Amino acid sequence: MDFYSFLIQLLNSVQYGLLLFLVASGLTLIFGIMGIINLAHGSFYMIGAYMAFSLSTLSGSLLVAIVLGVVLSMALGVFLEWALFSRLYKRDHLEQVLLTYGLILVFEELRSLIVGNDVHGVNVPAIFNWSIPLTETLSYPVYRLFMSGVCIVLAVLLWLLIAKTRLGMMIRAGASNREMVASLGLNINLVYRLVFALGVALAAFAGMIAAPVSSVYPGMGTSVLIICFVVVVIGGIGSVWGALVAALLIGLADTFGKVLIPQAAGVTVYLLMAAILLWRPEGLFRRGI
Amino acid sequence: MTRRRIALAVAVLLLALFPLTGSAFYTELVTKVMILAIFALSLDLLVGYTGLVSFGHAAYYGVGAYVLGLMAPKYEAANLWLTLPVAIAVAGIAALAVGAFVVRVKGIYFIMVTLAFAQMFYFVFHDTAFGRGSDGISMNFKPTAAIGAFVPFDLANATHVYYFVFVLLALVFVFLRLLLRSTFGRALQGIRSNEHRMRSLGFPVYLYKLASFGIAGALAGLAGYLYALQFGFVNPELLSWHQSGNVLLMLILGGQGSLIGAVVGAFAFVAMEEIYSAVTTHWQLLLGATIIALVIFLPGGLASVAQRFQRKLIGGPPNE
Amino acid sequence: MSDALFTTQGLTRRFGGLTAVNDVAIALHRERLHAVLGPNGAGKTTLINLLSGDLPASSGRIFYKGGDISRLPPDRRSRLGIGRSYQKTNIFPAFSAFENCRLAAQSRAPRVFAIVSDALAQVPVCDAARRALDAAGLSARADMIASALSHGEQRQLEIAMVLATAPDVLLLDEPLAGMGAEEAQLMIELLRKLKTEHAILLVEHDMDAVFAVADTITVMVNGQVLESGPPAQIRASAAVRSAYLGDEAPG
Repeated sequence: MDFYSFLIQLLNSVQYGLLLFLVASGLTLIFGIMGIINLAHGSFYMIGAYMAFSLSTLSGSLLVAIVLGVVLSMALGVFLEWALFSRLYKRDHLEQVLLTYGLILVFEELRSLIVGNDVHGVNVPAIFNWSIPLTETLSYPVYRLFMSGVCIVLAVLLWLLIAKTRLGMMIRAGASNREMVASLGLNINLVYRLVFALGVALAAFAGMIAAPVSSVYPGMGTSVLIICFVVVVIGGIGSVWGALVAALLIGLADTFGKVLIPQAAGVTVYLLMAAILLWRPEGLFRRGI
Repeated sequence: MTRRRIALAVAVLLLALFPLTGSAFYTELVTKVMILAIFALSLDLLVGYTGLVSFGHAAYYGVGAYVLGLMAPKYEAANLWLTLPVAIAVAGIAALAVGAFVVRVKGIYFIMVTLAFAQMFYFVFHDTAFGRGSDGISMNFKPTAAIGAFVPFDLANATHVYYFVFVLLALVFVFLRLLLRSTFGRALQGIRSNEHRMRSLGFPVYLYKLASFGIAGALAGLAGYLYALQFGFVNPELLSWHQSGNVLLMLILGGQGSLIGAVVGAFAFVAMEEIYSAVTTHWQLLLGATIIALVIFLPGGLASVAQRFQRKLIGGPPNE
Repeated sequence: MSDALFTTQGLTRRFGGLTAVNDVAIALHRERLHAVLGPNGAGKTTLINLLSGDLPASSGRIFYKGGDISRLPPDRRSRLGIGRSYQKTNIFPAFSAFENCRLAAQSRAPRVFAIVSDALAQVPVCDAARRALDAAGLSARADMIASALSHGEQRQLEIAMVLATAPDVLLLDEPLAGMGAEEAQLMIELLRKLKTEHAILLVEHDMDAVFAVADTITVMVNGQVLESGPPAQIRASAAVRSAYLGDEAPG
């Protein structure tokens, strides 16, 4: 592999990893603060992508669609927390798993009813629709750089939230404990609702910006969810920093794995997970940053 | 206690006599349910009695099915007595292999890694040449039960298959009953109740969990084999997480922590599936909504409904 | 004085910047009861956790019957004969008192491969369980579900479970916690009886109990050993008195 091909794969790895991080950070935040495992988290990614498709078709602009989509997904998050997830706080893991599994089925069928099962493409917004030339034959799409850039900005914002606010202090302490949150002077119901909405928005946003690159297809929620689980297992649950490191590791393993050993396809990621499980069963970073 | 024994005996009798109703469709349907009941029982050992919530149990179900699919020769029938033990063994070994990694972690991690490993198995069968890919494998012949010249039953005959599965279901049920009363089984239940104390008392908890995982996997492989036997066809969807989710659902439908509950759950699930898919092609929506409603309003499953009903009838708490 | 059965050297445990247990040396002898006293936060429970293996040490060593057990996990230590009871009742709430003890006794005769024979048919294990219940004074309650027992009875069950594992060393974490005067008296009698057959480490708040049964007392403050010696020495010690001055009355 020559230098420029390597560079392209490296940039792809980082872009994929950062996107995964966005989705996984939502999952790990919700678990870290509220102690809920949410299997339907991948569905939010899928919903985001399908929203990007429908809204950009309606409005003619992906960027407008994204703004609208984030607002809508936060509203969805607030609604879901109020209607369903608030009932899960005291329940055991099996019940949480089952309820959110049921939710996946509902989301998938609703999507099927409302938008159908077709695969759709979403156009890259005009401003980003060009490539940086690397060699005579190779170039790198600016949109992908934009994606990575956006993810980095969000990662920094998340870092600020976690390192510099009281809410963040709680996340770092790994408190999924209502009394502890209340004692910090925060309105617990509001906090939980906001955190959940934030998690949903992160996943949906990731789906929206990924749409032009990965297309919009029915199984996308499932595939991203399982990889997210691998990210969280490797990175350590409740650790946002761990999610970042793990997501980048997975981005590298998956991208280079597919290029170097095509027959192994998606298995490289699981082998990585198995290896980490042998070495550090609690993940690379324990709870908290 | 006697009332429950009578109810159980009646149910067993009904099941035994069922094929006499003559309906080929329903005989095959109930066979399918009994196969799923074996699958659910295998998971119940893990979830209901050892306290390990696995979201990847379909992997071993699929492995059992694929063993038959891969071993079945193209131009003649496979031998039941050869292929069945192999399927159980391979599924058990696969479970031990995964278990060695997975049993190290607890709680949420465990759920996630079991799902992830099952997905890995799914990929192997779906995307590689080993499993013949996403189209699956069709078998031209049902396995034969021949031992030399003696053929005790004919697996191409739906009624024979029904009774074969029925006997296996009964054997699995009795085996698990005995297992749970043994020292090994009680240790598992101790682990579910208070793993920390078990370790403190001197039990090597990791090994017990691993053994439970392996046995559960082997029994799931048995169920998968029977599925392949009945339908003559295997495909990667047998290892999908929908399958893993559905079998967990059967446990909650029937109420966890009871062997009969697993069987009841299997019946309830298939009944729901049949009814819903008759109503609409988007039946999974109804299924999903039902699951959500069940978890919110009926966490004890149908067993808790039965208990409340029983309490109204005879008063007082039901005994063990 | 018999040889030390169980000793520690320089046992230390740090949690980030906090040193919960600092350079502690303890020795336990057969037929002797060694009590550990100290105000809240002195590191007593952390110490027991280090000895039982529930917590790994940051540094230092633990020796048992001549062998170094510092790296062994809790289940290995238990099988070697080190039994531990918990301050916060740590039983199997849904099982009967008998089953709680039977499981504990089973750990000595696990018979893992006997997967189809009934556990209740194994007489030696069941007998050991009944003897343990008897010793702890719970025979009358054997068939009650553990969660339905009174708090004092649950504390007795805690002890019974450890006894059912036939240990040589007993590590007891505040067995009198939350007990009324009468129950505490029964427990003290039990401790006297147990002393004749085991080496005991007793972490306790109840001064009267400690002075009634201890052969050696170690006083810990802020993770360190302040003073260690026979009860008379501790009672007379000015350092100990000032460490406890201002503390609320124990018990």
